[in-house]
Amino acid sequence: MDFVVVQALTGLAGASSLFLVAAGLTVIFGVTRVVNFAHGSLYMLGAYIGWSILTRLPRDPAWFAAGVLLAALATAALGALLEMGLLRRIYRAPELLQLLATFGVVLMVQDAALYLWGPDELTLPRPPWLRGFVAVAGSRFPLFDLVLIGVGPLVLGLLWLLLARTRFGVLLRAATQDREMVAALGVDQTVLFTVVFALGAGLAGLGGVLSLPDGSANLHIDLDVITDAFVVVVVGGMGSLPGAFLAALLIGELQAFGIVLLPKITLVLVFLVMAVVLVFRPHGLLGRPQAVARGAAEALALVRPAVPALRWLGLAVLALALAAPLFAGPYLLSVLTEMLVAVLFAASLHFMMGPGGMASFGHAAWFGIGAYAAALATHALAAPMPAGLLLAPLAAGAAAGLFGWFIVRLSGVYLAMLTLAFAQIVWAVVFQWDAVTGGDNGILGVWPARWAGDPRVYYLLALALCGGAAMLLRRVLYAPFGYALRATRDSPLRAEAIGLHAGRIRLAAFALAGAAAGLAGGVFAYAKGSVFPTYIAVGHSVDALVAVLLGGVQTIAGPVVGALAYTALFDALLTTSFWRFKLGAFIVLLVLFFPAGIAGAAQRLWERGRPA
Amino acid sequence: MSVLAVSGLGKSFGAVRAVDGVSFAVAAGEMLALIGPNGAGKSTCFNMLNGQIRPETGRILLGGRDITGLPPRRVWRLGVGRTFQITATFASMSVRENVQAALLSFHRRVWRWWRPARGYFAAEADALLDQVGMRAQGDRAAGVLAYGDLKRLELAIALANGPTLLLMDEPTAGMAPAERVALMALARRLAGERGIAVLFTEHDMDVVFGVADRILVLDRGRVIAEGDGVAIRADARVRAVYLGSGATSGGH
Amino acid sequence: MPRNKGTETMTVTRRTLLAAAGTLAAPALVRAQGSAPIRIGEINSYTAVPAFTLPYRNGWQLAVEQVNAAGGVLGRKIEVVSRDDAGKPQDAIRLAGELVNEQKVDLLSGGFLSNVGLALSDYAKQNKKLFIAGEPLTDALVWSDGHRYCYRLRPSTYMQAAMLVDDAAKLPGTRWVTVAPNYEYGQSAVKWFKLLLAKKRPDVTFIGEQWPALGKIDAGATVAALEAAKPDNIFNVTFGGDLTNFVRAGNTRGLFEKRGVVSVLTGEPEYLEPLGEETPTGWIVTGYPVESVINTTNTAFIAAYKARFKEMPKMGSVVGFALITSIVAGIAKTGAVDTEKMADSFAGASFDTPFGRAMWRKQDHQGTLGTYVGKTAVKDGHGVMVDWRYVDGAGALPTDAEVAKLRQG
Ligand SMILES: Nc1ncnc2c1ncn2[C@@H]1O[C@H](COP(=O)(O)OP(=O)(O)OP(=O)(O)O)[C@@H](O)[C@H]1O
Ligand SMILES: [Mg+2]
Repeated sequence: MDFVVVQALTGLAGASSLFLVAAGLTVIFGVTRVVNFAHGSLYMLGAYIGWSILTRLPRDPAWFAAGVLLAALATAALGALLEMGLLRRIYRAPELLQLLATFGVVLMVQDAALYLWGPDELTLPRPPWLRGFVAVAGSRFPLFDLVLIGVGPLVLGLLWLLLARTRFGVLLRAATQDREMVAALGVDQTVLFTVVFALGAGLAGLGGVLSLPDGSANLHIDLDVITDAFVVVVVGGMGSLPGAFLAALLIGELQAFGIVLLPKITLVLVFLVMAVVLVFRPHGLLGRPQAVARGAAEALALVRPAVPALRWLGLAVLALALAAPLFAGPYLLSVLTEMLVAVLFAASLHFMMGPGGMASFGHAAWFGIGAYAAALATHALAAPMPAGLLLAPLAAGAAAGLFGWFIVRLSGVYLAMLTLAFAQIVWAVVFQWDAVTGGDNGILGVWPARWAGDPRVYYLLALALCGGAAMLLRRVLYAPFGYALRATRDSPLRAEAIGLHAGRIRLAAFALAGAAAGLAGGVFAYAKGSVFPTYIAVGHSVDALVAVLLGGVQTIAGPVVGALAYTALFDALLTTSFWRFKLGAFIVLLVLFFPAGIAGAAQRLWERGRPA
Repeated sequence: MSVLAVSGLGKSFGAVRAVDGVSFAVAAGEMLALIGPNGAGKSTCFNMLNGQIRPETGRILLGGRDITGLPPRRVWRLGVGRTFQITATFASMSVRENVQAALLSFHRRVWRWWRPARGYFAAEADALLDQVGMRAQGDRAAGVLAYGDLKRLELAIALANGPTLLLMDEPTAGMAPAERVALMALARRLAGERGIAVLFTEHDMDVVFGVADRILVLDRGRVIAEGDGVAIRADARVRAVYLGSGATSGGH
Repeated sequence: MPRNKGTETMTVTRRTLLAAAGTLAAPALVRAQGSAPIRIGEINSYTAVPAFTLPYRNGWQLAVEQVNAAGGVLGRKIEVVSRDDAGKPQDAIRLAGELVNEQKVDLLSGGFLSNVGLALSDYAKQNKKLFIAGEPLTDALVWSDGHRYCYRLRPSTYMQAAMLVDDAAKLPGTRWVTVAPNYEYGQSAVKWFKLLLAKKRPDVTFIGEQWPALGKIDAGATVAALEAAKPDNIFNVTFGGDLTNFVRAGNTRGLFEKRGVVSVLTGEPEYLEPLGEETPTGWIVTGYPVESVINTTNTAFIAAYKARFKEMPKMGSVVGFALITSIVAGIAKTGAVDTEKMADSFAGASFDTPFGRAMWRKQDHQGTLGTYVGKTAVKDGHGVMVDWRYVDGAGALPTDAEVAKLRQG
């Protein structure tokens, strides 16, 4: 019983920390509708800045509090800069582009922090009062955890006062509900948004600096924290502060007790909670449906068959691709094989995300399931390569069909987050279930059959499979099914009113996209000779997302162009110093100046002066 | 027998009783206008008729068959076409493709993966577009159409399943007066020729009195009057709650 | 704090893609053997784990400079072509292809993460190229997935556990708990430790275990759960940020008081330094006591390192340095850079490291580089290792018969 009390209190402290991270994210989302991927980076900056400040101050409580506030303010100022320099320019862009831009910021901040603070973990020396404890139920309970338990509700209370009792709050709530109306009231929205963003960033910074006494400032916390924050915000309902608080409580306590009961599956547990909540409450615990999905207001580009010039270009590229083994060496062939895989991976994501309107944040799950299916078939069943390559899309398609049943009922950011949750569950299972999946060490020795061992032969096989599957997906988009799919995206209302079963159509598209990604995974597995959990990691999903957006969501050729360009760019940058900063900057610039992607921009150029 | 028979239909949104015990019937070839001030419950009625909203009370019979609570796609299969107050078309498709999409669904050709959709039912789609005067615009993107043209396109889509019942929610909003008359004349003709029962809402009283066989007046969810143009014009309650309010056209 | 100055000096000759495209025009150029440098391909997770890999890079750079200043090997200079795998094994495999096919390196080396090490090893096996792993700890590298083309320098997970078991067995008390990151490394470390300890002390029981997710430890709850089991001793495998959090929560809550703690790698400066004045005292750890090891090899290494980089070396620096010396010794013994010949005759080659002499074992291609086992202590507000002794890797391995069995998979 004593133990339960202590663990419950520990859970409360954890919940407070979670809430601090999530509060800023949800406030920013509530008003600006921006899903800020860089929130974890702001948290990390808060920790680093806090370290720089606090290590220079006397170590007593008053100075500590002052230093904490200063660090939060500094982070808020950085947030304001970020808003004015970047986000302000892209409020009208589609959600995903905003997300992508903030992801670019994540990459830039990673290298900037490495440059400024060095690679080593930085810890704050704790004066005795920070190490103090009180006796609770026969155990020692950290004093600082008690402080944290207080800080969470305090921040919630202050935010509530700010939102409910001040003119600023009234304007904010009005802006949350109706941006146009606030504009009509003559309030300068620009300033309002900057202030909100700074507030959110300041909260992230506060969370970061308050994490110092229990941990350290290091280069990994940005991504560790952002997934937690997303989970809390989504479970609570995006934009809802009390929801975030409730979700933080739920997850904090679940962690604390989960550790005792099921120590091995804590990672899965959190995402499982998120999945369950979203299945039963599609908008989170206290969330409300988004008023109007902004995507709907956007003018959607008309999809037309490729013009002859483009067809010729496509044929020329295909001819070149077929001739590659004649002149390319083994390394170039391996790069080209990877590009083919990337093309199919991106095309499969585009299939559901562009025409299907279902943006996924966890597309790597299907890729990974395909890869592992092929690897396990080779390894455990001693199946020949063709069987593995057949199993890959089947397994991935089946898994996508199964998970998709829950996923396709949602839309927008919630849908993206549920895909992320499923992908994280798959990743965690693969990463931790050493006995079956080889865990972190992966499965080795998945090399191609002897007849395909020559890189030239395997390249041609990859060309046939990946190129063929990508062409098939394209074909499907122009076929009646593709039209039906686009119908469900363009106007769900009208689609249902002309007899289309939107759920089934979306599910079929989801499973098909999953199967195609699975095939890409299978081809990749044999090309690399091994599979690893990194195939399923968030980073890999983001790769596909970047490729699609880089090429342009609204064009059918987009994913192909995007995958080729992104692979080439990544490959070129990887061998240079500070490549993450460069890649991030590139993504940011792309969003700012070519929001329609490469293929979109090209199409626009081509169509200039032609009738719509 | 009437095509559509509704009895005791009701639906609340929170404290708002949007539709309250509405009963009426429409016969084949008949044009019934549903009118009432803004917020009277007209669209909510429509939404219950085509299955978009499940009614809390009441029954809906289509050709004698109970369709209460069926989802829109099932209702549509039973021969109910509808247009929306706020147009709902497929912005990434051309005008013709919009109609083709409806035809593909009607002919159960949706689950086809290979042949390009453009080759399916193009002539049939053009014929439908011709009826509403949109054939010349067949290749244009639906997303760039003028509002009036969108309404016409919606009508063509609604006709794609050869409906026995046509629901038109403010079909002429956004059109010039002459266009309105022409469009409603078209509806009138279709109703007559094919025996389609038409239920429509409309804020333009000239249009209503010009084409409707019968008029149903709704106020705060309740039917307050029913009859032909002459009777409605003469009804004191209607004059009080509706005509007197000055809301005569264009609102949506 | 040391600024990261490493990345600028990465040996990057050309962009890989352009390099690849370059071969379209010119057929693979045949390298003149005679005086051209021997090219060592090196791949590591520079951006993903900079805390370890940047000192590591300094280490190999220092060794390369020293080897070349002494005239190189076989009369040729050596040259390292280095790549960043971004922490992704799949990228490591691609880069290996680039190094082998485009850069024409004579052998491959590197790795920090176990999965990157295994990926490179599997590539080496498939493409018949020599791969010398530096840091990756997984046992699979030389045992279940071992093969003739792969050598590994550092003491493996098994060896780390084995080195600690002697001292662990001397601890009073029989009730043990374990805490380890929930992935292959943590799982194997716990498995071996339990197995080896039980052999020496049949009376011990393991009464609880915690498996925090890597990088996501919920330290307060983990410590409370361990505390609740009322153990006599604790075996810890967490490291990096997880370890810092674990130690801080444990200190406040008094978890480590009057308990024995045995902890893997915690004595390495990379992990000890962040603990600072909160370093718990008396933990039995493996690690590297840096300056306090005063002997010719280590003292000379530290002096040269400090002169070159203006900072103290870390464990990574030692691994980077020894990686090069071990390769050079292997090449010298072989007398050529032919892969098949090297694969055979690296075995048995002995080489100098800051820790003293070590060699490549014939049985499993494991290096005998050992590590230091000692106790943690605080000195002037810094964590240090005291009462340490060097444990040679050769003594921390199973019998040849057992190795042969493990190596069969
Ligand atoms: N989804 C909804 N949620 C809450 N209230 C609703 C909803 N739909 C309609 N209402 C309310 O129900 C009432 C009837 O609305 P309805 O749209 O049916 O009116 P209407 O007669 O079509 O009006 P208009 O002429 O403006 O189109 C109104 O008070 C409206 O605010
Ligand atoms: Mg209406």
